[in-house]
Amino acid sequence: MRVTVYVPCDSASRSVGADEVAVALLAEARLRGLDVDLVRNGSRGLYWLEPLVEVVTDEGRIAYGPVRPDDVADLLDAGLLDGSTHPLLLGRTDDIHWLARQNRLTFARVGVVDPLSPGDYRAHGGLVGLRSALAMSSSEIITAVTDSGLRGRGGAGFPTGIKWKTVADATSTQKFVCCNADEGDSGTFADRMLMEGDPFSLIEGMAVSAVAVGATEGFVYIRSEYPDAVATMRRAIEIACEQGWIGPDVLGSGLPFDLQVRVGAGAYICGEETAMLDSLEGKRGMVRAKPPLPALEGLFGHPTVVNNVLSLASVPAVLALGSAAYRDLGVGRSRGTQVFQLSGNVAHGGIVETAFGLTLGELVTDFGGGTATGRPVRAVQVGGPLGAYLPPDSFDLRMDYEEFASAGAMVGHGGVVVFDDTVDMGQQARFAMEFCAVESCGKCTPCRVGAVRGVEVIDRILTGPDDETRTADLVLLDDLCDLMADGSLCAMGGLTPMPVRSVLRHFAEDLDRPAVSTGRSAP
Amino acid sequence: MTSREWSVEVAAEIVGAHSAVRGPLLPVLHALQEEFGYVHPEAVRIVARALNLSRADVHGVITFYTDFRMTPPGAMTVAVCRGEACQSMGSHELAAHAQAALGIGFGETAGDGSATLDQVFCVGNCALSPAVVVDGRVVGRVDADTFDRLVGDRASLVHG
Repeated sequence: MRVTVYVPCDSASRSVGADEVAVALLAEARLRGLDVDLVRNGSRGLYWLEPLVEVVTDEGRIAYGPVRPDDVADLLDAGLLDGSTHPLLLGRTDDIHWLARQNRLTFARVGVVDPLSPGDYRAHGGLVGLRSALAMSSSEIITAVTDSGLRGRGGAGFPTGIKWKTVADATSTQKFVCCNADEGDSGTFADRMLMEGDPFSLIEGMAVSAVAVGATEGFVYIRSEYPDAVATMRRAIEIACEQGWIGPDVLGSGLPFDLQVRVGAGAYICGEETAMLDSLEGKRGMVRAKPPLPALEGLFGHPTVVNNVLSLASVPAVLALGSAAYRDLGVGRSRGTQVFQLSGNVAHGGIVETAFGLTLGELVTDFGGGTATGRPVRAVQVGGPLGAYLPPDSFDLRMDYEEFASAGAMVGHGGVVVFDDTVDMGQQARFAMEFCAVESCGKCTPCRVGAVRGVEVIDRILTGPDDETRTADLVLLDDLCDLMADGSLCAMGGLTPMPVRSVLRHFAEDLDRPAVSTGRSAP
Repeated sequence: MTSREWSVEVAAEIVGAHSAVRGPLLPVLHALQEEFGYVHPEAVRIVARALNLSRADVHGVITFYTDFRMTPPGAMTVAVCRGEACQSMGSHELAAHAQAALGIGFGETAGDGSATLDQVFCVGNCALSPAVVVDGRVVGRVDADTFDRLVGDRASLVHG
């Protein structure tokens, strides 16, 4: 009897040996004369259990993990293909508590389907959103997206429907839909996982957007650090064209939508939408002043939708589910689900998709299970390198754009990086400035020069010769943060002060050391 | 690396093959680097002429992006992730170990051409930190021993 076995092809799963497990599985099965249908799926996002192997049985999919290549023979001997017991047995995948208490809408198919199977995509609810969009008028689609409360998942949280309306209302012979897949923030990997695990949902979301605003061409701008995502998206676009889902005649509607992948070249700033547009045009990725908004004068000067991967990939689910059902999830003005990403020094790292409104503590402690090292949590950074560091006494903050903003922090794209008590927060503050100095596009002075001065002043604070100098430098740092926050052209320089200030606010003891002799004279 | 020797003719062919798309400069530069392992300084003139750009424009783009290099890389390329998630799992120490083990700093190529070492800010492997990229392949949960094994014998990249 032919048995289907899933071994992820997700690049993080591969980073801990999923390919070797797949090879071992096929070899061992052949030796034993077992008929195995190996499917390379995306990851379920339970990374501490990767490589996670699943077997299809009468009771559903049974999971084993983390599986090493050496375990495969033993697993097969124990009856892997029947879902038999083994020390690595995790039970039915759907019953794994960590997964069962999530609400996966955007990630509904990730880890479940063969990412490049059109049949799987249709069988798991694919194309329902696009088909319903094609039966609606442009304004009806935009109203549905606006009413759902969907906000940009890239970090800024701008209402997606309102952005689309601006593009739809613009008059132009040419409009574009661009997907920002330049997921450069440390602690974020949901965009990558979705592109590797369910690329058709992004394609479908972009097609809906194109239909809604009247665009005929689209680009997915993927960072070069994600070669697997680039390859999967390129192949998925070819397949979607062959299937007639996009191309000259989107699902027989007569509407054209051509889509292609473009690859970045190692510049963090290209995650900023206007820098990304310049990069797509073949230029240095320099930030543009706004206005004009990209929605009115975007790529090559034409009206352009620029949305994050998850914003676009959520749209089919929003349309399939209905705006009201999506909006009923969440709290305050943060509606629907967010794909939170737990990483760093955390016992159970991975993807937690739930409605907005759970607390930071629930994420870090209940889902994350504390640190990987077993030491106490000292800090978590939420929202990427430009997000605040928060101590455990902030754990009752709810994951909600506004609640975080009022606490001097940001939800951003929902990335949560955990640090244990060995972290030196003075060095983390310094790194925020160092990162900005390395990655600044250089267009505006507060960011380009401010970040360099920021590193210098923090170095002086950390090694300063006396209390008086340190006090003066702390005032200077505060002033510099004000200047960068108020005077920078984009979020790179504008938000770099956020992690720095969060260290001053919550971890000031790491900057307030007894004077040490550095052998240097006072600056 | 299996890159081909620099050739003006091949370069011109590659530029021609990629210049018809919208905003062709990055695709052209990527294609050149994929072929030769780097963007040869002579390519600047060829690209500028083909795309009707100034040489300054092309040079400016090559030097803006970290990926593009104008000298050949080492036989093995190694990048250590220095993003915050990897920092939380000891990438500072790993970065220092990598530099000591290879005897070169970030952005440098060994004198004998055996290896190039770089830093990278996030490869999206944050839940399996710290990460290292060896010849384009991401490896997670890397410690000093794993690093030595990876670099010592890059034919076997089996984790563990």
